[in-house]
Amino acid sequence: MKSILAALALTSALVAPGLAMARPVTLTATLNNYGGDGAYLALYVTDADGAYAGTVWMAGGKSKYYEHLSDWYRATGGDPAQIDGITGASVGAGRSLEITLDLADALFDAGYTLHVDAAVEDMRDSPNEVAVPLTTAGAGQPVPGRRYVASLRYDM
Amino acid sequence: MTRALHRWPGLLALVLVMILAVSGAALSVFPAAERLSTPQTETDLTVAELAGRIQAAYPGVEQIRRAPSGRITAFWFDEGTPGAAVIDPATGQGISSADPDPVRRWLTNLHRSLFLGDAGRIAMAIGAAAMLVLSISGAMLVARRMGGWRRWFAPLRGPLSSRVHTGIARVAVIGLTLSSATALWMAASTFDLLPDDPAPPAFPAEVSGLTGAALATMEPLAALPVSELRELSFPYPGDATDAFTLKTDRGTGYLDQGTGELLAWAELTGWERVSETVYMLHTGQGAATIGLVLGVMALGAPAMGATGLALFIAGLRARPRIRGNRPAKRAGTILLVGSEGGSTWGFAATLHKALTAVGHHVHVAPMSAFDPARYPRAERFIVLAATWGEGQAPATARGFIDRLAALESVPEAPLAVLGFGDRSFPAFCAFAEEVTRLAAAKGWAELMPFDTVDRQSPQDFARWGRALGLALGIELVLEHLPVPPATERLTLVSRRDYGADVQAPTAILRFSLPQASLLQRLAGRGFARFRAGDLLGILPEGSDLPRLYSLASGRRDGFVEIVVRKQPGGLCSGQLLTLEPGQAIRAFVRHNPAFHPGAGKAPLILIGAGTGIGPLAGFIRGNKGRRPVHLIFGLRHPDSDFLYREELAGWQADGRLARLVTAISRGTKPRYVQHALRAESAELTRLIRDGARIMVCGGRDMAAGVAEALTDILAPAGLSPLALKAEGRYAEDVY
Repeated sequence: MKSILAALALTSALVAPGLAMARPVTLTATLNNYGGDGAYLALYVTDADGAYAGTVWMAGGKSKYYEHLSDWYRATGGDPAQIDGITGASVGAGRSLEITLDLADALFDAGYTLHVDAAVEDMRDSPNEVAVPLTTAGAGQPVPGRRYVASLRYDM
Repeated sequence: MTRALHRWPGLLALVLVMILAVSGAALSVFPAAERLSTPQTETDLTVAELAGRIQAAYPGVEQIRRAPSGRITAFWFDEGTPGAAVIDPATGQGISSADPDPVRRWLTNLHRSLFLGDAGRIAMAIGAAAMLVLSISGAMLVARRMGGWRRWFAPLRGPLSSRVHTGIARVAVIGLTLSSATALWMAASTFDLLPDDPAPPAFPAEVSGLTGAALATMEPLAALPVSELRELSFPYPGDATDAFTLKTDRGTGYLDQGTGELLAWAELTGWERVSETVYMLHTGQGAATIGLVLGVMALGAPAMGATGLALFIAGLRARPRIRGNRPAKRAGTILLVGSEGGSTWGFAATLHKALTAVGHHVHVAPMSAFDPARYPRAERFIVLAATWGEGQAPATARGFIDRLAALESVPEAPLAVLGFGDRSFPAFCAFAEEVTRLAAAKGWAELMPFDTVDRQSPQDFARWGRALGLALGIELVLEHLPVPPATERLTLVSRRDYGADVQAPTAILRFSLPQASLLQRLAGRGFARFRAGDLLGILPEGSDLPRLYSLASGRRDGFVEIVVRKQPGGLCSGQLLTLEPGQAIRAFVRHNPAFHPGAGKAPLILIGAGTGIGPLAGFIRGNKGRRPVHLIFGLRHPDSDFLYREELAGWQADGRLARLVTAISRGTKPRYVQHALRAESAELTRLIRDGARIMVCGGRDMAAGVAEALTDILAPAGLSPLALKAEGRYAEDVY
């Protein structure tokens, strides 16, 4: 379990719509026992048009492996500025990642989607492992991932 | 310096290096196993055909990967459920699970990080760095020991652990150097210290917007042989803006899913290529045979670790602890010790203590550590030097002569040299004399004249000490009792007497084997490990100076046996020859690896006279492998001093002894071994040409006669005892 309070260190896209209007959100991702090494996870948000809006968290510290988080990598070009200050350790099989951060109110109920890309050494890459719309109604509802993520939930 | 660079990384990183080596060796098996278990791909199969087969079998295929071993894996989604399998390229069907092998994963994580994440990775990188330093410094030590890089594979001499250590090292050092250097490269890459991050091309801004091109019509895939494929990722179903991603041995690119056109391409960077080659060499993935070879070489590391530790401990033991040794740069008196077995260190310790007691700052070091730049405050140098073999440098003085000869200017502080030796040898104190001569030739001032100590004589040493005191203007009393070796009590079991009729009373004395403690057995110390040819040191009543006898038995024989002849007025031999079964003596073992027959099938020519037959008989008794052994034995009269007569007959009958030639020195036609050798010259030449090894044991005169006779015999064949000695094929045990 990891509990991290990220300050407003998100990219400008996430905080610009309402800097003053933010609320603490806790994201919890629980992984399956997929029988492999620790998973790299990229948590990021796209807007209503599907365009990349900003990264929320990067679990996994070695930039050379980021290309395996292929959707995130394609959107950002692996830009280290996107994850500056919001990078943590990779998440082991069967473990949970829990992060608390202030997210702009404007991200909710406005068509934004939270995505998770996942990759594990010597196993399949899983871009878009989870995609969950950010809505106030959806808070507290666990959503399963495709391969590695057993459930992803956000609580406000 | 090189030795320090070898010793300390070895000791400090011993455990890490062991774990790295053993886990690495275990991991080396996997790429080869994967290679063997992978179904073969037709040589002309294209990626388009392969992808078509897989897509037919798994319509939801997302990604196809080809490992360097040739193994092809496919990943797909089938109605929302992820699937993966190793694929038979002939059919496109899955044949086995694609999940990583848990054992391999466990070993990999142990090998690279001790399961400790980045901290563990750093620890293992330090281990790899230690291994690299060990490999390089070790290679330099091997070259120095063998006498040059060209003599890398010359025959080895010296104690067992040293031979094993060097023997393995000469082969394994190549693999260990490669493995550790590539490991460091990979660690640097993992920690982003190298600019080798993958640089895929930017995703194309525009695609055709069409979908559904047949794989077979896609030109880049139809032209690409499977052997060059790394990875092919399919576009998301229903996303017309997505594209195929293709990775090959050369680079990465995107393919339009409607037209099959190559939209973007980026070649691998030079750094990426280097890193991939390094990865291949280190893991054996893509080079399974190299991997296996490196794995086998890595297995040498634990053996070298164990023998290296044994050598280090043996070195510590041989040296008495010197209390209050001053650092080199602060000492006024530099005391350099050249010792083979360690006894000279005892004298050095006494001198150090006496000089320290009168207020001198004394630094004691082996002669091999001599480096004039390290002694800024030196006021005098004192060299205590033993001699090894025929005037060679003893173990702790290797390289001293070369270093002294290479000096542009000798130190200003004057030098005193004291030689230690045994007057019964022709090369008495020859090494110390050579040091003195060279120092004088280089213009090194003399503190006091060259002197010698015979057979560790406390009187000689005390006399020299008085002279040194005079030279220094102090009163110096040196009372040195040689450090008494740890003796054990040996009880006589039986004795057989010979030679009384020929004025040479001789006895074969057999003692019971003392119980060895567990520690002794593990460390191979004391009577826990000895072989025929080693020496038995006996402390007679009334003397602290041990007498050495060649052992005629090994530990495996289950008893301790020596052959002793009564010396006129001899204290020790006199006591031994009056010993009765049940009585005991104090004794210890001194290893003598230079006089072991060694392994191998080459013929053995054993030449001995009188009591010299002792160790030779021991070799024959231990010749279970039926190596052809020829014994030339000199005695006085067959009815009186034919030592081991019955045993020799038995050994001849069961094949342990191929041939026995006796030379009888009393009687109608007196003959010595030299004569017997000349009579056998044709046969001897043949045997030596076949690689035979010669071992001579006996008195000095006899050994000189043997060497002379063999020089004559071998000259026509272009051989000589000296040349054989240099090859390690001529060994003498002379008293």
